[in-house]
Amino acid sequence: MIKRDFTRRGLLKTGSVAAAGLALPTIFTSRASAFTNEPKGSTVTFGFNVPQSGPYADEGADELKAFQLAVKHINGEGDGGMLSTFSSKVLDGTGLLGKKVAFVTGDTQTKTDAARASAKSMIEKDNVLMISGGSSSGVAVAVQSLCQEAGIIFMAGLTHSNDTTGKDKKRNGFRHFFDAYMSGAALGPVLASMYGKDRKFYMLTADYTWGWTQAASMKSFMEKEGWQMVTDVRTPLAATDFSSYLAPVISSGADVLILNHYGGNMVNSLTQAVQFGMKDKQVNGKTFEIVVPLISELMAKGAGKNIAGIPGSSNWNWKLQDAGTKAFVQSYGKEYGVPPSQAAQTCYVQTLLYADAVTRAKSFNPCSVVEALEGYKFDGLGNGPTLYRAADHQCFKDVLVVTGNEKPENEYDLLNVAQITPVEKVMYEPDNEFFKGGDLGQCNPGA
Amino acid sequence: MLGLGKRDLIFLAVVLALTLAAPVLLNPFAENSGLAQFNAGYPDLMQRIAIFAIFAVGFNILFGLTGYLSFGHAAFLGVGSYSALWMFKLLSLNIIPGIILAVIMGGVFALAIGYVSLRRSGIYFSILTLAFAQMSYNLAYSVLTPITNGESGLQPDLGDPRILDAASSSGSVPPTNIFGLAMSETWKVDFLGRVFQFNAGYYVCGLISVLMFYLALRIFRSPFGMMLRAVKSNQNRLNYTGLNTRPYMLTAFVISGMYAGLAGGLMAAMDPLAGPDRMQWTASGEVVLMTILGGAGTMLGPVLGAGFIKYFENIFSKINDHVLQGWFSVFPHWLQDLLVTIFHPFMGKGWNLTLGLLFMLVVIFLPGGLIEGGNRLMRLTRRRRRDDGPRPSEAPAE
Repeated sequence: MIKRDFTRRGLLKTGSVAAAGLALPTIFTSRASAFTNEPKGSTVTFGFNVPQSGPYADEGADELKAFQLAVKHINGEGDGGMLSTFSSKVLDGTGLLGKKVAFVTGDTQTKTDAARASAKSMIEKDNVLMISGGSSSGVAVAVQSLCQEAGIIFMAGLTHSNDTTGKDKKRNGFRHFFDAYMSGAALGPVLASMYGKDRKFYMLTADYTWGWTQAASMKSFMEKEGWQMVTDVRTPLAATDFSSYLAPVISSGADVLILNHYGGNMVNSLTQAVQFGMKDKQVNGKTFEIVVPLISELMAKGAGKNIAGIPGSSNWNWKLQDAGTKAFVQSYGKEYGVPPSQAAQTCYVQTLLYADAVTRAKSFNPCSVVEALEGYKFDGLGNGPTLYRAADHQCFKDVLVVTGNEKPENEYDLLNVAQITPVEKVMYEPDNEFFKGGDLGQCNPGA
Repeated sequence: MLGLGKRDLIFLAVVLALTLAAPVLLNPFAENSGLAQFNAGYPDLMQRIAIFAIFAVGFNILFGLTGYLSFGHAAFLGVGSYSALWMFKLLSLNIIPGIILAVIMGGVFALAIGYVSLRRSGIYFSILTLAFAQMSYNLAYSVLTPITNGESGLQPDLGDPRILDAASSSGSVPPTNIFGLAMSETWKVDFLGRVFQFNAGYYVCGLISVLMFYLALRIFRSPFGMMLRAVKSNQNRLNYTGLNTRPYMLTAFVISGMYAGLAGGLMAAMDPLAGPDRMQWTASGEVVLMTILGGAGTMLGPVLGAGFIKYFENIFSKINDHVLQGWFSVFPHWLQDLLVTIFHPFMGKGWNLTLGLLFMLVVIFLPGGLIEGGNRLMRLTRRRRRDDGPRPSEAPAE
């Protein structure tokens, strides 16, 4: 039975206990420090937060390899990779401002919640100064805003959504990878010259920020070329079977299928589309075509010979012939025995760029690093001359249009670079309709 | 005092003391030692343990007392998070209105889902709740994108109205707070090479969870709790005596839904982002796992289970090959590689595998959960001490 003891004494006792409990948290105040996780010992720690499970796990594994290689090179181990070709020469392989670089890793599971938890534990437990990674724009956007709140730097890894440096851009976040708008701008003219001006396209789109902006960009640029969209169907990110989404495509009257899918999604949807015989169909008197706007080597490997002839765009390819690419491919190949993917390249470059910015700023303070990176022009990192635009923290550089290799000579020879679209063709204003609405805010050093 | 017997009062005092001292207790290893990897005394993990303890204690009111296994409790957690976040966006970044709405919305959703689901019992009830939760997940994921922002999750924005807050001039979103005390505020103390982090957000979560623990204790000891136990032992017999059990069931369901809503609201308050993942069936399964692992129907069991699983998820998942190589570096190179290969599948991303094995061991050898393990250990030591003395009266594991 309930004890009903609402006596005056009982009430007073209970009240005072409750009051003491409520008053407690106000006692605690923060300890003074110049910025979040100011390094005090002989090491500085980076956090590499990548998907180790889920549809983007392959990309995550490759990113992690690249991060480890970058840390080795910054600490002066290995052959130095792109340090020798980088236009800035302040990194000399002795660590960062006299401190050795250490790192911790985490699994984002390609879920925003898990990614935030992992990033938070890196910041609070491991005292990291910079977090890099991604492989899903949803995760990148979530972790970027966390880093902004906590006062550390976020160097985005593989994230292709317009929103990362568009409506969700943050002062403490930087992106080297290209975006959906640039893919559309580079692919539009190429696709029109390959397949003609009179085409009807059907889109399958991964249902999250990247897919949405990718679909919007493709629609806009293809309609500019005179193509017509039949419909745009959203598919869940966690889906593995796309047959129910693919079945209505042929009868819809469309003669091009655009797959706004990435990673494991794209491997499954493309494989199933090819199994449906879509590559050999004739619709409206034309050959049916499949387009994958964002292609990577890892996806091509997963899709096997189905990728033959499929056009798409890439940030970088290991077959490029510039000095930076050659140095990186050689160094990565010696370490892991395979050529690096575009995910590996962007993560490696981001780590070097952060290290370089710290060294040039002579400080780990995030605000000094932001200042050093904003408007920074550099070269020799595999993409030609590149600009880190101050207005939105987006890198501007050439974009590759690639096609799946019809006759690969070996298992790594999967994509051909069909065209290098110069940076002027994919440049846009910061207030472009696909990017407007965001606000960088102020840099936050935390603490 | 507080309407509790002496035993329960002491029990509650111990729980309160453990909660207050957690930042110290969970950080036993020095910062630079190799074992620092296993420290759990950082704000994010402690907050999570406290929040999931609330979630599991609430779930236990339904599952532990009535035996009705709900497989959709994550839906209420998610609803709580989204409601709290909308309060942060529209009203104020003070967490109190957000948490209040989270509890209310958790209750409203539980009322609607419970009203339909409780018409069936056993496996059919579980499947119905699972279906509702999955529906909520899909709604949040794609259909209701304008409200939930889909997969990317909802977060506070610089352009939000926040009509109760003063306009911020700092150019970034201010942190969530209680009347100005930021949830991220942390007071760090260096002590013998250990860094203890006393975090405001943790103490808010911790004290609320003690309060909720007390409430659950009262429910367990009340006539209402007795009625729920009667439902568990034989619902048919109750019905034949002319008692309508459904109002009792529905009340229990709504209470546990409100607990889940509160947990969701607190999650959003500690980290202002709400994604649909926390409504997925895996999240519902997690709370079932926590309750069973700790000991269903006991008071402390779900709390232990929550702590155990969150610890595994956050600590073991960060042990990568690099760390393993460090551990085994004293061995010759071939042995080091061999050991890393053996441990690799169980660490890092393989933490689920380790947890699964442990769960199997617990269910097979300790059907009453970790609490039963503790009780057995206690009995063993007591028996040894008293040797052939009279056996101590066996208290129920509560």
